[in-house]
Amino acid sequence: MEYEKQTEHKHHHVGYGTLILIWVALIALTSITVTIAGISLGSYTLFVALFIAAIKSSLVINIFMHIKFDEPIFKVFLIVSGFTLIVIFILTFSDFIYRG
Amino acid sequence: MANGAAAVAEKTFYEEGTSSRKGILGWLLSTDHKRIGLLYLGAVGSFFIVGVILGILMRLELIAPGKTIMEPQTYNAVFTLHGVIMIFLFIIPGIPAVFGNFFLPLQLGAKDVAFPRLNLLSWYIYIIGAILVLISLVLPGGPLDTGWTFYIPYSVRTGANVSLAIFAAFVLGFSSILTGLNFITTVHRMRAPGMGFFKMPLFVWATYATAWIQVIATPIIGITILLVILERVFGVGIFDPALGGDPILYQHLFWIYSHPAVYIMILPAMGVVSEIIPTFARRTIFGYKAIAISSLAIAFVGYLVWAHHMFVSGLSDTSAMIFSLLTFIVALPSGVKIFNWVATMYKGSIDPKPPFIWVMVFIFLFSIGGLTGLVLGSLATDVHLHDTYFVVAHFHYVMFGGTGTIFFAALFYWYPKMFGKMYSIKWANIAAALFFVAFNALYFPKFIMGYMGMPRRYYDYLPEFADLQLISTIGSWLMGITMIIIFWNLIHALLKGPKSKENPWGGVTLEWHTSSPPPLENFHVIPTVTHEPYDFSQLKEMKNYESD
Ligand code: HEM
Repeated sequence: MEYEKQTEHKHHHVGYGTLILIWVALIALTSITVTIAGISLGSYTLFVALFIAAIKSSLVINIFMHIKFDEPIFKVFLIVSGFTLIVIFILTFSDFIYRG
Repeated sequence: MANGAAAVAEKTFYEEGTSSRKGILGWLLSTDHKRIGLLYLGAVGSFFIVGVILGILMRLELIAPGKTIMEPQTYNAVFTLHGVIMIFLFIIPGIPAVFGNFFLPLQLGAKDVAFPRLNLLSWYIYIIGAILVLISLVLPGGPLDTGWTFYIPYSVRTGANVSLAIFAAFVLGFSSILTGLNFITTVHRMRAPGMGFFKMPLFVWATYATAWIQVIATPIIGITILLVILERVFGVGIFDPALGGDPILYQHLFWIYSHPAVYIMILPAMGVVSEIIPTFARRTIFGYKAIAISSLAIAFVGYLVWAHHMFVSGLSDTSAMIFSLLTFIVALPSGVKIFNWVATMYKGSIDPKPPFIWVMVFIFLFSIGGLTGLVLGSLATDVHLHDTYFVVAHFHYVMFGGTGTIFFAALFYWYPKMFGKMYSIKWANIAAALFFVAFNALYFPKFIMGYMGMPRRYYDYLPEFADLQLISTIGSWLMGITMIIIFWNLIHALLKGPKSKENPWGGVTLEWHTSSPPPLENFHVIPTVTHEPYDFSQLKEMKNYESD
């Protein structure tokens, strides 16, 4: 792919091809989520759904939001926010999983 | 730092604006951060007055058992509106939007915030949100009556105008996010030459930490509000167990935002305290780095304690224990600050002017608020005290006694800088003393009543509460008088007050190095920072300070 060759460039331009590819991938992942919701996976359902959602958001963040090509400070910001989000998930599950 | 350039005969930002328009349009279309700060001051101040009036009306209703001045349903609407106004329109935007806007660029040695137009847009979004709240009051269905927390299932079932009112909170959230975004960028990109992160004033640090909470946490309340609206309109069942939903999920989502939001309220106030104490103790702040880092620590750990609002909601016991522990941990960085402030005053040469006295009132009231928070954070005691007046007393002590008090302290501290005028010192001191008495008369009885079992959000009460309720109502009248004195003092000073000195308190952070009120782009020459932020040895070099 074109963007792999020039990652660190400031004014990076992602080709239409890539954008469309990512868009198709997002739609595909959405349909997988919907399909899986219909299959009973027991306690794994939620984790599978969250896993797919995580892949989708990383695609959007990296490509559509240009984080992959931007300065490192933005990655730091993002990692801090992402870390906060994960902690929030874990804490919420401390309620959900142990509820009597 | 720059040497406190004495005012050259140059125009202030009142005389010269960013747009060529004159009069009111010159303000409404201005992208100058100082004018926008004052626009916020006008709006936030007006809503605060409305909120106070509603509070006093509630207290009047509660002066004696039985109906006094309003119907029960009106009482429900009034405490909800009081809560919504005080939280979303006063205390969350209060210090960041007013003083953050005005002083962040000044303290950084910048000409403006990073995105001046976005800044003006934030103000307009705030006003649109506020107008939506007002419209929701008069539409058919009647005003919101859910309390400011909008808990389901009631908020989904009530006939009141929930959707529009909470949509207003959604809109207000955008104002908060954009302001946060603006401040983060400003801090990273606009610092004056020589100003490293650890040379920034502590108010900037606090505002910076707050801005991160605004950006990361606010979208969660946005989504939550949309889900409630969706539920009301389509009955999707996200929170309805009969349809496979989870009612407690609402409370999780709500508090995942609203608990960090209490740090949006208090952190900037703590920043102001860290400015005022060194200035009036003439000593550099004790533990600068500890205070700076504790702001970030509070911002982060503040995310991890939200479920302490939910101990009796059916939360799992495991979770309740974890959150109780985390709640005790978040008290640590706040303790770090209190100790550092007190240590700063130790052996200082204290000059007890009004801003300093207001800060002392803060330390006392906020400590009571914070410590009673630990009583509520302990599982066993919370079961007894949850949803009683004890909680009402606790959050008024932290929000009003904490942030509200510092809002006034900041106003008294920076008033000469903002307006170039001086208010009556005597009346500001009288107001502080009266505030202290009124506040404790108004809210301390609520701790006792709560402990005795008086539930919150009740229109009526048993006869045994009558005496304490009466004391509290008398307190609310004293509070009303205090507010009149404060506003009268400040407005009188604006219209007829004497011109203030350039640097009346002997402050040394960058905002005191320019003229008062500052010129359009803040500094005649962009300063180069050479001193630590609270190095008072530079007062000697500063031309604009004459000690009295
Ligand atoms: C003169 C000033 C004030 C008075 C007399 C007052 C009085 C009251 C009263 C009587 C209640 C209802 C208690 C109940 O029935 O449960 C209340 C609730 C509340 N107040 Fe205040 N208050 C004042 C200022 C403030 C300030 C400055 C803030 C915030 C910064 C604030 C925030 C709240 C909130 C969030 C509620 C809860 C509303 C709800 O239950 O949904 N109040 N206040």
